[in-house]
Amino acid sequence: MTAILSSENVTKRFGGLVAVSQFNVEVEEHSISSVIGPNGAGKTTFFNCITGFYVPEEGEIHFGGRTIQGLSPDLITKSGISRTYQNIRLFANMTAIENILVGQHPLLKSTWIAAIFRTRSQQEEEALAAEEANRLLRYVGLTGLGDQLAHNLPYGAQRRLEIARALASQPVLLLLDEPTAGMNPQESADMMHFIQRLRDDLGTTILLIEHDMRVVMGISEQISVMDFGEKIAEGTPKEIQGNPKVIEAYLGRGAAAGLDLESQSTVN
Amino acid sequence: MLKRSLDRYLERFSWVTFFLDVFRIAAIIIIVLGVYNTVIEARYTSAQWVTLIFAGLAQGSIYALIALGYTLVYGILLMINFAHGEVYMAGAFTAVFLANYQANSGFLARSPFLAILSWLALATLVSTGIALLLERVAYRPLRNAPRLVPLITAIGASFALQYTFRGMYGTEFRSYPTVPALQGTVSVFGSQVPIVQLIVIFAAIVLMVILYFYVERTKRGTAMRSVSEDHDVSRLMGIDINKIIVTTFALGGALAGAAGIFNGLFRPQGVFFFMGFFPGLKAFTAAVLGGIGNVRGAFIGGLLLGVIESVFPNLILEGLGIPAANQLRDAFGFTMLVIILIFRPQGIFGERLAEKKA
Amino acid sequence: MDEKRTPTWQIILRSGLLGGVIATYMCVIGIVETFSERLLIGSFFSLGEVMLVFGMVITGVLAARELKGKKNYVSLGGSLLSGLITSLPLIILIIITLLFVLRPAVQGAAFNLRDMFVNLSPELVEILTFGQGLFPGIPLLILFSALMAALGATFVLPSRRWRMGLISGIAWTLVIGIFSDTVQQIFGRDIASFLFLNKALTPQAAVIVFVIAFVVGFFSVHTRVQSRWQTIPPSQQSRARVILLLVALGFLLVIPWVIGLFLSQALFMVVLFVVIGLGLNIVVGYAGLLDLGYVAFFAFGAYTMGILTTTGALGRGGLNFWTAIPFCILLGVVWGLILGFPVLRLRGDYLAIVTLGFGEIIRILALSDWLAPFEGGAQGVLHIPYPSFFGFTMNSPQSMYYVVVAGAFLAAFVTIRLRESRLGRQWMAMREDEDVAEAMGINLVQTKLMAFAIGASFGALAGGVWAARLGNIFPHSFNLLISILALAVIIIGGMGSIPGVIIGAFVLVGLPELLREFTEYRLLMYGILLIVMMLVRPEGLLPEATRRRELHAGEEENIEPVPQTPIGSDR
Repeated sequence: MTAILSSENVTKRFGGLVAVSQFNVEVEEHSISSVIGPNGAGKTTFFNCITGFYVPEEGEIHFGGRTIQGLSPDLITKSGISRTYQNIRLFANMTAIENILVGQHPLLKSTWIAAIFRTRSQQEEEALAAEEANRLLRYVGLTGLGDQLAHNLPYGAQRRLEIARALASQPVLLLLDEPTAGMNPQESADMMHFIQRLRDDLGTTILLIEHDMRVVMGISEQISVMDFGEKIAEGTPKEIQGNPKVIEAYLGRGAAAGLDLESQSTVN
Repeated sequence: MLKRSLDRYLERFSWVTFFLDVFRIAAIIIIVLGVYNTVIEARYTSAQWVTLIFAGLAQGSIYALIALGYTLVYGILLMINFAHGEVYMAGAFTAVFLANYQANSGFLARSPFLAILSWLALATLVSTGIALLLERVAYRPLRNAPRLVPLITAIGASFALQYTFRGMYGTEFRSYPTVPALQGTVSVFGSQVPIVQLIVIFAAIVLMVILYFYVERTKRGTAMRSVSEDHDVSRLMGIDINKIIVTTFALGGALAGAAGIFNGLFRPQGVFFFMGFFPGLKAFTAAVLGGIGNVRGAFIGGLLLGVIESVFPNLILEGLGIPAANQLRDAFGFTMLVIILIFRPQGIFGERLAEKKA
Repeated sequence: MDEKRTPTWQIILRSGLLGGVIATYMCVIGIVETFSERLLIGSFFSLGEVMLVFGMVITGVLAARELKGKKNYVSLGGSLLSGLITSLPLIILIIITLLFVLRPAVQGAAFNLRDMFVNLSPELVEILTFGQGLFPGIPLLILFSALMAALGATFVLPSRRWRMGLISGIAWTLVIGIFSDTVQQIFGRDIASFLFLNKALTPQAAVIVFVIAFVVGFFSVHTRVQSRWQTIPPSQQSRARVILLLVALGFLLVIPWVIGLFLSQALFMVVLFVVIGLGLNIVVGYAGLLDLGYVAFFAFGAYTMGILTTTGALGRGGLNFWTAIPFCILLGVVWGLILGFPVLRLRGDYLAIVTLGFGEIIRILALSDWLAPFEGGAQGVLHIPYPSFFGFTMNSPQSMYYVVVAGAFLAAFVTIRLRESRLGRQWMAMREDEDVAEAMGINLVQTKLMAFAIGASFGALAGGVWAARLGNIFPHSFNLLISILALAVIIIGGMGSIPGVIIGAFVLVGLPELLREFTEYRLLMYGILLIVMMLVRPEGLLPEATRRRELHAGEEENIEPVPQTPIGSDR
């Protein structure tokens, strides 16, 4: 299978601080891949480089055959990448349905003039959009909450709404930034299955930042590990689990030596 | 090599950047053309330029002192104290009555130094009082409100203060008395510069140095700097945020009060309720020019703006053949503001405040 | 942490002093004296007195509010006491005036405090001592103050019915007294001569008005009507609503002929600011771009109309009103784009200041000699002809009223249609979170420019209509005050909501037109109103529902935890 997203030697600096350093990764189409690493490793920064929020100082990012680093975020989204955020960033004072409708922006075509005159095609498009938005709402399990203001929703619902909003543009690649943050084990398991469903039903490629190792090991086909902005390991879940460098990155120097590596396996 | 940069430029192309670049180039061309013409035609002698520059520095010193107030408050609260111009006006407008009384009673002639000191005391007192009142009544309750709200409040406060003073002191234009001891000129670089201007510039520098040491070396000053970095961490360090904010407003107010007196010395006429509005805006421009939140920057920005305002209309606009360039002097300040905010919002000394968080 | 209970004496002292400061403030800035010319009831109670009393009543309200839980004699007595305290600053003021103004004036001394505080006059002392001299004037003042504080307490302490009655009674009496001119215009000579004598309510009429209003308030007529309304079945409700709308429309069409020339002019200005407000509402309310230089677009519209239609020397094109209006709108769009372009990357405060700068630059340029050959400079553009409609020359306020109302309907129509559209959502998303909006595929440049362009077009439309109404335009009129006023209209009225803009225009533009006495203090009141609104009700009078939730974030409603359907379990 082809690599739908590839980053080559991407480097992002903030003044003297190097947040991402020579990061290389290839994400296979229709796969579920993860980027993990301790806090502050540069994972979200890397996501921001992909989505165009930051422009990397060095390196290139290719998506679907195009070079996308340096393009503005709206163009990148239009080419088929969508994301959710580590700290939920919904449009707080818009309703759930409106949030999803905004997510559909790249797919909607009517002009403002058509809106003023309420032409037939504009009305049809709006109706279809509303229908689709409701469908997405149901898909993420938020039936009936469409008219609630986003910031009035409970935390879990907000997370799901963010995913619904991200799905609204029918992305080819979905970037999920810590989707199970703040969830209990049951909810995390549900999210895990849901992510797999997304890939299975819609063929969406998923790139994940996660801290919950059960989720990471449970669904990832490929894991890249970041620490201090650099990639320190890459491979299948099994390979990563046994990798001493990874353990050290999380638990500190010398931690690898004191662990029984076999019994840490949680795959299957 | 050239092709590479061209390629990269085209890749990142957007209409916005394009037009901004066009604008930038056009501005440079206009400036160069204007300066060239003026210099070639030798419209003014170098002595005249020196006069203009010193007048600009004196006016700039006043802007600088007011600008310090803006920059200090912005650094701490991230808000533009729109009413700061009125803080300046309050001191100047109040002290003018004392000044004229002393002039009438002869006290001014007998002991000018003491007289001016008393003006400074009164103006500083009133300005500081108004600044503290603003903080307590209009700004403190709104510290956690979305950014728009305190800005609107500040605008409202600006009007309220203007018209309060108009009501209290009347609509007549007042003037500061001329101080006989300070009349006269000194020869500097071949032209006669009024002593008053030199005194104003010197006094402003002294105040600036005092402020600098206060902010950099004293405990309170360090606390101020830490609060402007991060409120929460400062609180954790045991700093009383309210007290620091009050100190900041008080400092800004005091400096504005002093500026009011210096203005009374430098340009005695035109004291009335609306006198703070334009200097306030221009001082804000100066603060932005120097890098908002940066004390050094506000001062340099003020001086620079004063000189630009004084010199550029003659330097550039006349060279371009624009009639009555002096009318457009105020527009110059605003244009500068617009240009800085568009092309270099961090100003000369400023650092880009962490723009984005994802 | 336990809430410290403020001791009673502290409450009394605080409220007393606060009210005293307010009352003294009113005296020192001259509002009491100026307004004393305007009699409200008989020949003894003037608007100036109302201003004076304001502080005292506030004292009573504040004291009563905090003493509410206590025994009656404590709360009422406390209010009376704080009223006494309120009079103290005033007494000090009288003494100061006596010593430093009146006596020096008599003695011909050099120093007179009145040179500085221009309102410390013998007239002021007269008012404060009820014309009775120091004694019994000052004791009277103390008594009066205490009584007024007690009045304030009656706005808080009694049961709801009595409170409603009292507030309603007093409010209506004052309103009719203040608006006596308007009432006269609307209801005609006969009723007017019954109610009024020399623009003030006769004491008898005042009592009658008070009693009627009291009864209305007491029996809560207003709430009864409202609850009655709720009981009507929905289908009938919508029908009733349509009828009401038609009545309102009819009212709107007929009103200029009912209220006469002067009020029509006032109404014209109100509706003009509705158009301006709607335009600014798109830029600030929907797109979240704080624009303090909106007057520029108004100016462009006016000058376009002027230059294209004037019969004077500056005229180009010789068009008439109707053919010039599309050009006004077009130019508004163009200038919206031009002025919007440089500010695309700016946010919040910086955006506000730069747009303010633009507005000022344009005003200075309009005034300059440099551009005078083109647009008249300080002399302005003169001889702008009135529009004509099928042969009628529309030179009366009434006829232009219809034009501006049509403009308002157009603006409202476009606003409503866009609000529900994709573009409207783009604006709101951008307002909420610009970066995330961009990540949703929204082109920020385009969205912002659209907001500026469409918003500017409304402003320019208003400018064109205004120019035609006035016939002569001068650059002095296009100043920062108009931008601020427009901003105040949408903020105080309620940002993002059309009814809000209308209310804002009525309050901020209509009322001052009606109350000519207030002109001197108009801007002071705007300023104070802005501050008070931001402190108390930042979302405005009639906000868009979401805005109110945003600004009262701390007090939000919590919805019940929803039974969580497992994610993805149903398609």
